Amino acid sequence: MEYLNTLINEIYKILFLVIPILVSVAMIVWLDRRVWGFVQKRRGPNVVGPFGLFQTLADALKYIFKEIIIPASANKPIFILAPIITMTLALVAWAVIPLSETLVLSDINVGILYLFAISSLGVYGIIMGGWASNSKYPFLGAIRSAAQMVSYEVSIGIIIINVLLCVGSLNLNDIVLAQKNLWYVIPLFPMFIVFFISALAETNRPPFDLPEAEAELVAGYQTEYSGMMYAMFWLGEYANILLMCAMGSILFLGGWLPPLDIYPLNIVPAPFWMIFKILFLFFLFAIIKAIVPRYRYDQLMRLGWKVFLPFSLIYVVLTASFLLYFDKLPKGSF
Amino acid sequence: MLAHAIFFYFFSILAIFSALMVITSRSTVNSVFFLILDFISVGCLFIMVGAEFLGMILLIVYVGAVAVLFLFVVMMLNVAQQKQSWFIGQKSTHIPSGLIVSVLIFLELLVVVGGWKYKENIMSSSNLVIDTSVTNTHSIGSVMYTDYILYFQLSGIILLLSMVGAIILTYRKRENVKTQSYIKQISRDKSSAVILKDVEFNKGVKIDD
Repeated sequence: MEYLNTLINEIYKILFLVIPILVSVAMIVWLDRRVWGFVQKRRGPNVVGPFGLFQTLADALKYIFKEIIIPASANKPIFILAPIITMTLALVAWAVIPLSETLVLSDINVGILYLFAISSLGVYGIIMGGWASNSKYPFLGAIRSAAQMVSYEVSIGIIIINVLLCVGSLNLNDIVLAQKNLWYVIPLFPMFIVFFISALAETNRPPFDLPEAEAELVAGYQTEYSGMMYAMFWLGEYANILLMCAMGSILFLGGWLPPLDIYPLNIVPAPFWMIFKILFLFFLFAIIKAIVPRYRYDQLMRLGWKVFLPFSLIYVVLTASFLLYFDKLPKGSF
Repeated sequence: MLAHAIFFYFFSILAIFSALMVITSRSTVNSVFFLILDFISVGCLFIMVGAEFLGMILLIVYVGAVAVLFLFVVMMLNVAQQKQSWFIGQKSTHIPSGLIVSVLIFLELLVVVGGWKYKENIMSSSNLVIDTSVTNTHSIGSVMYTDYILYFQLSGIILLLSMVGAIILTYRKRENVKTQSYIKQISRDKSSAVILKDVEFNKGVKIDD
């Protein structure tokens, strides 16, 4: 009976996390299209519901009622598994994101490693989808985006090391609390820029949206997908974007901490600060989509391997030597 | 404890099942997928033991990087076509070498499991102090970067050497390939890119020289 109670309790907590995330993914798609529209002097979706807020729900309904077509020569189990994996991994990672000091599903010791591991698993949904379609264009697209994601993961990992050197703990709440006096965006500003651009590439956002360069490369790994399965890829992608924004705000923007610990700011509840920072980063993502032209593939690879990787490695050495010289290495036992 | 036992048996059965499927699966790509499943379930077992750092590193390194390369190779080279000659052909040379390797690994396992009996002696003779109050990430760090720093750096250098070696082996300078140079493309300006030419009637001009 006791087990049953804990089980129901846990399921309740998980639903309380997952459903708001799904709703906010829908809203974020609307925001993305709206910002994109405004930058191009259009209105964007504004018909369904107030300000067009229900546009994504209408789209989702359309996807649900479309037929799921599985190509005859596709590898059926893997073909069906691929969007499920993408979607699940994008949602599972949210388990460790702290919305305040106590409001977190699972406050584990190695939170940042968990996030990194889950985001590096995300590449499988894409490879599996592209390969199982058994068709040239999805396969080429899958290889393209897998190579891109693997390349940029390396520099994200090294950026995380930069932050960890200053914190001395892998726990996400510790990382946030270590920024109480100074957000890491100030001392590690170049790393924040590199992280932001790598996050764009990692989530296949413009200007690095070569995996689905619809105009010149016949879309990507999701070419053969239709109906709800395509929608799951797409939802997973946006959930990943939100996750990257959350990661950026935890690592650099002080997570759920207010900007300054003074009267009108510190009475605002912590989750609001976290959500506000995530939205701010997402707004930057949306603006970038509207104002930057697409990269060429070799430029993308060059940027990842020849610019970001050496730069972030050098910055690790700089951070480490700075901390060592001024005797600021974290010594606390968390 | 009951939940712990259920999860332990779930993950260990999954690990053994997928390990078996790796070697019996008919399609090579499927066996790589089962290998990934195996890595993931072993990672979960690590986490259940309390070695969460090792579990996560296993996920990041093996599943996130090594297995992706495996998949790339298997998918691109189409290894699946060669599978018939392994068992049916008369001149198979893989089975004896495979047997030797598996017997060696089996013997090593025997030594490890047999050595478990003398665990107390080894623990008491070692001068490592096991502190249970710090997280295992901290304890791994404090052992690896103090007592074993030389071995750690040595293995890093070996990895670097093998990386350089692999690049040298595969690198070849190709002739007659048009490459795009960033410096050239960015530093172009109007004076060097646009030339005004007087074209003679009925003769045209020669471009591209």
